[in-house]
Amino acid sequence: MFRRSAEVAAIQRFSLRAAMSLAAVAALAACSGPGADVVGTTQSPVAAGEFESVAVVTHGSAGDAFWNVVKNGAEAAGKELGVAVQYNSSGDPGQQAKLIDNAVAQGVDGLVVSMANPEALRPSVERAVAAGIPVVTINSGEGESAKYGAFAHVGQSEGLAGQAAGRRLADAGRKKLLCVIHEAGNIGATQRCDGATRAFGNGATLQVDINNPTDAQSRIKGALEADRSIDAVLTLNSQVAARAVDAVRESRSAATVATFDLNTDVVEAIRAGALLFAVDQQQYEQGYLPIVLLELYRANLNTVGGGAPVQTGPGFVDADNVEAVATLVAQGTR
Amino acid sequence: MTTTTERTEVTPSTEGPSLLQRLAVRPEIGAALGALLVFVFFSLITDRFLSPLGIATWLDDASTLGIMAVAVALLMIGGEFDLSAGVMTASTALVTALLAVHAGWNVWFALLASLVFALTVGAFNGWVVMRTGLPSFIVTLGTFLALQGLNLGVTRLVTDTVQVSGVRAADGYQSAGWVFASTLNIGDARIQASVVWWIVLTAIASIILVRTKFGNWIFAVGGSLPSARAVGVPADRTKILLFMGTAFAGWVVGSCNILRFASVQANQGVGLELHYIIAAVVGGCLLTGGFGSAIGAAIGALIFGMARQGIVFARWDSDWFMLFLGVLLLAAVLVNNRFQKRAERVRR
Repeated sequence: MFRRSAEVAAIQRFSLRAAMSLAAVAALAACSGPGADVVGTTQSPVAAGEFESVAVVTHGSAGDAFWNVVKNGAEAAGKELGVAVQYNSSGDPGQQAKLIDNAVAQGVDGLVVSMANPEALRPSVERAVAAGIPVVTINSGEGESAKYGAFAHVGQSEGLAGQAAGRRLADAGRKKLLCVIHEAGNIGATQRCDGATRAFGNGATLQVDINNPTDAQSRIKGALEADRSIDAVLTLNSQVAARAVDAVRESRSAATVATFDLNTDVVEAIRAGALLFAVDQQQYEQGYLPIVLLELYRANLNTVGGGAPVQTGPGFVDADNVEAVATLVAQGTR
Repeated sequence: MTTTTERTEVTPSTEGPSLLQRLAVRPEIGAALGALLVFVFFSLITDRFLSPLGIATWLDDASTLGIMAVAVALLMIGGEFDLSAGVMTASTALVTALLAVHAGWNVWFALLASLVFALTVGAFNGWVVMRTGLPSFIVTLGTFLALQGLNLGVTRLVTDTVQVSGVRAADGYQSAGWVFASTLNIGDARIQASVVWWIVLTAIASIILVRTKFGNWIFAVGGSLPSARAVGVPADRTKILLFMGTAFAGWVVGSCNILRFASVQANQGVGLELHYIIAAVVGGCLLTGGFGSAIGAAIGALIFGMARQGIVFARWDSDWFMLFLGVLLLAAVLVNNRFQKRAERVRR
């Protein structure tokens, strides 16, 4: 469908129309098509040297505990390397695309993007690449990263991490799994649950709203009471994990709870034996490593992994190693 | 002191008020000053805000908000709210995407179907409000929730995931894309098609509002519904058309989004309805109806877009982002409010 010639013809058609309707402007203007509006996708080699500013644009909402750790990682790396790190985020893909455009307009020396909705960000990311800004993708969008011209991806394959979690729960002798999705529009969450359910064998998903903890807890409780055969609950977020632990206690269910991601509540629950394990994707690295990769690329044209994603997870935190990471969680780096 | 003398001069006079007074009665003059303030502020403190790329960025941000704000402003002048407007931008995009990608329709037919869908929902909103006499706040809140559920439910049912993508490969994408998602390069600036839509729709809305009989009806039904009915204004038809207007704007924005980003998320648009109302209010619309302007709402959106991207250009810590945005908006509204008060005094 994406023939170059069709595109050119369309450009010509549109230019004609624009010339007729916008005669005055058209003299100065050149028009380009929707989406695929990058002139050349090959990256111009960057002159080694100055590396002063990096924009980090993620899809996390402000105040999210998980993304706060990513931000801390990026800022720590920026401080150590003497680079100004500017962190911005929006859960709305259109808004995120505009933040990337903004970074291009500022002429930053490097760009770090999380791509929860890759296709929506494609034109903006490709434009950054075409403008000669080296791009590293993080967290989500592993499959599209190289295609869009990013030279590295740092993250955790969600499907694989989900499978690892599902297998661990099955190994613990559990029979029926409930996977709790907390963000309706997040494709990573869906991939985790799919992976977990596939590896585990027998499972259902439950939709809750992360912005409404009371409701999340009562819905998990309701699901456990409605189906007493559920003996494993997997949450995808540390805040929801605490709600699931409470729901299991209140409903007097014998279900084992496991979760993705860490926070102090999760650490406490693992200590107390109420949580079996937490899948840790070590997102501090997702903030820290891209800044280092960009610096190496700028200064020395180094790349890492030869296009293969750099995996930051899954790591597991359970009763065996929880004491070691507890203080790190408290300081906002795990 | 001076205003009282102005009042006696203005009302009965046939010569008409001075230029300054005529400007002061315009609902959008406060917003225009607010916009100027925000513009100068960010132009001075950042070096990229005024660059062609920078201008394109904040115009882009303001455009989709502006398209909606203009339609919402007309509805608010008519005395009603539409809380389903934000989610409508996602619903229309989802309908288009599902039909084009999963049912294999030509994009143009998919767009047409989603337009019919949007207008139906808009007409339903208006019809229920007029038929039951319930506040539109409640009725459209119901539609908002229903659409939100429908968006997620249908998307998951059809695609097993929460986003629809792949519109770029559908038939008719190129031509539809030119209309809704092409870019116009003026020098370094890349102006999005949504900016053109924004300007054109603002012009049309302004003409409707100040130059047509229908425009008078909007002010009449928003000012006082019983009196409007008493003098023979077809109030039901007017309000239903206004609801269809916001639904239409939702379709335009949804179409711009789906053709530009080629992908849509089921939870998109939630919460944006408040931004539209804010932009309309910043632009001089009264929450009580009967007063306001379309250009004002467009300027309100401009303030929003300039502030939102300007804060990023200024490289302020994003932790404080919402605080900055809130203070800036409040400042703009306060400037606006001073002028509006003056304007109302002069009008009476």
